[in-house]
Amino acid sequence: MQFQVPGFYLRRPISVCDWDEQTLTLIYKTVGHGTEAMTRIQPGDEADLLTGLGNGFTVKPCMPVLIGGGVGVPPLYKLCKDFLAFGAHPAVALGFNSKDEVFYEKEFMALGVPVTVTTVDGSYGAKGYVTQGAEALTFDYVYACGPTPMLRAVYTLCEQRGISGQFSLEERMACGFGACMGCSIQTASGPKRVCADGPVFEKEALLW
Amino acid sequence: MVDTRVLLSGVTLDNPVIPASGTFGYGQEFRSFYDINCLGTFSFKGTTLMPRFGNPTPRVAECTAGMLNSIGLQNPGVHHVIEHELPELKTFFHKPVMSNISGFSVEEYVQVAALLDKEEQIGWHEINISCPNVHGGGMAFGTSCENAATVARAVKAVCKKPVYIKLSPNVTDIVSIAKACEDAGADGLTLINTLLGMRICLKDRKPVLANTMGGFSGPAIFPVALRMVYQVASAVRIPVIGMGGVQSAEDVIEMMLAGATAVQVGAANLVNPLACREIIGDLPRVMEKYNIVSLQDIIGGAWK
Repeated sequence: MQFQVPGFYLRRPISVCDWDEQTLTLIYKTVGHGTEAMTRIQPGDEADLLTGLGNGFTVKPCMPVLIGGGVGVPPLYKLCKDFLAFGAHPAVALGFNSKDEVFYEKEFMALGVPVTVTTVDGSYGAKGYVTQGAEALTFDYVYACGPTPMLRAVYTLCEQRGISGQFSLEERMACGFGACMGCSIQTASGPKRVCADGPVFEKEALLW
Repeated sequence: MVDTRVLLSGVTLDNPVIPASGTFGYGQEFRSFYDINCLGTFSFKGTTLMPRFGNPTPRVAECTAGMLNSIGLQNPGVHHVIEHELPELKTFFHKPVMSNISGFSVEEYVQVAALLDKEEQIGWHEINISCPNVHGGGMAFGTSCENAATVARAVKAVCKKPVYIKLSPNVTDIVSIAKACEDAGADGLTLINTLLGMRICLKDRKPVLANTMGGFSGPAIFPVALRMVYQVASAVRIPVIGMGGVQSAEDVIEMMLAGATAVQVGAANLVNPLACREIIGDLPRVMEKYNIVSLQDIIGGAWK
């Protein structure tokens, strides 16, 4: 979805963590002026949002692992719930830079799925990258969301194991609904817009 | 009752509001937001002879009251536009559309224009000689009187439909380039394209845009655009379509008072996909407020 932050020109694209009839749950990290301004929004304030943009992960019959890095973790939460509703128990591997950045571990555990946490500096969970945490798990299909270097490492892991998966990509965006071509990437089937044709792409579409 | 109609090279528009090229694709993305038949028309995505992917990302950046883009003319190429985009557009847009044509040589402009001129859905051509984001094309034609006139003359020679030349603001004297296009036979002018700008990321100490520089648009550029429309419209006898930072019915009227026959809306569509529909909806009320009976009558009112 796209969030209009008061005082800023372009909307901020933010992935959806969870939703139901009444609630939309977003988890964001304060990285720039826009997200910093979002922290000043008060309960009761009105928000101007564009929702329902782009695609999402697709639940498939498989033995899944959900791999999330940093702010890439939130969209995997709804996916995890969808898998449980589907009757599959995914393994979850979450990676963060350090202990103070770890979030949503308990929420995933409350769903009753096994959660492996890694931190780059080793201050919490196993030390290392999230792909190293995922390596010990049993799975035959990957769902990944996180920064591009992490996604590339997951892609390599898939190659090594000869398996496929779905990758949620990040790009700077302006409109968020496919008009401006700001977030285009080259794929196996030609140019695609991360905002409207993605953000989730099948492994086979990526030219990595 | 107020009259929002304007006459653009012999074709009556229901209102002067035209989404600008590059912010409206080929119409497809906006049809889920509203019925785009309320528009005067729209100018479709800048089209070249061959498909283009454009520049590396990041291609967009936030600015105070505006944005930068360095898309680099990503488009599927003129043949795809004729075979797929225009037939699709015909199913949901029932007015003449404005083509937008870019090129890297005079021959390319001519080839693309000749192909699109045969398409009955196209009412006007907008020739982009002012894209700041590609090398050796686009703006290279728009920054000299001689080159601008060469493109205008060559395209005009192969087109039956009215030819509008889209001018760059990144020049010393936009009026002389406007006059050169008029003398070369252009039927009208559209201005302004984006202003060349850049941002640098303090953390990386590197430009935000992968292409270093990009085109600046949004409400911040409105006074600059308005000034140039005023200067050009009062110096030529052909119609001028004004654009640059327009985001309200008041802005549309201000542009028309400066001399614009019609007004394009660009970046605003990217922030609020309903922007043009809201502007069109607001026009009658704002016209009444300022005692305007017919928009056609106020064109150039600030200098006439």
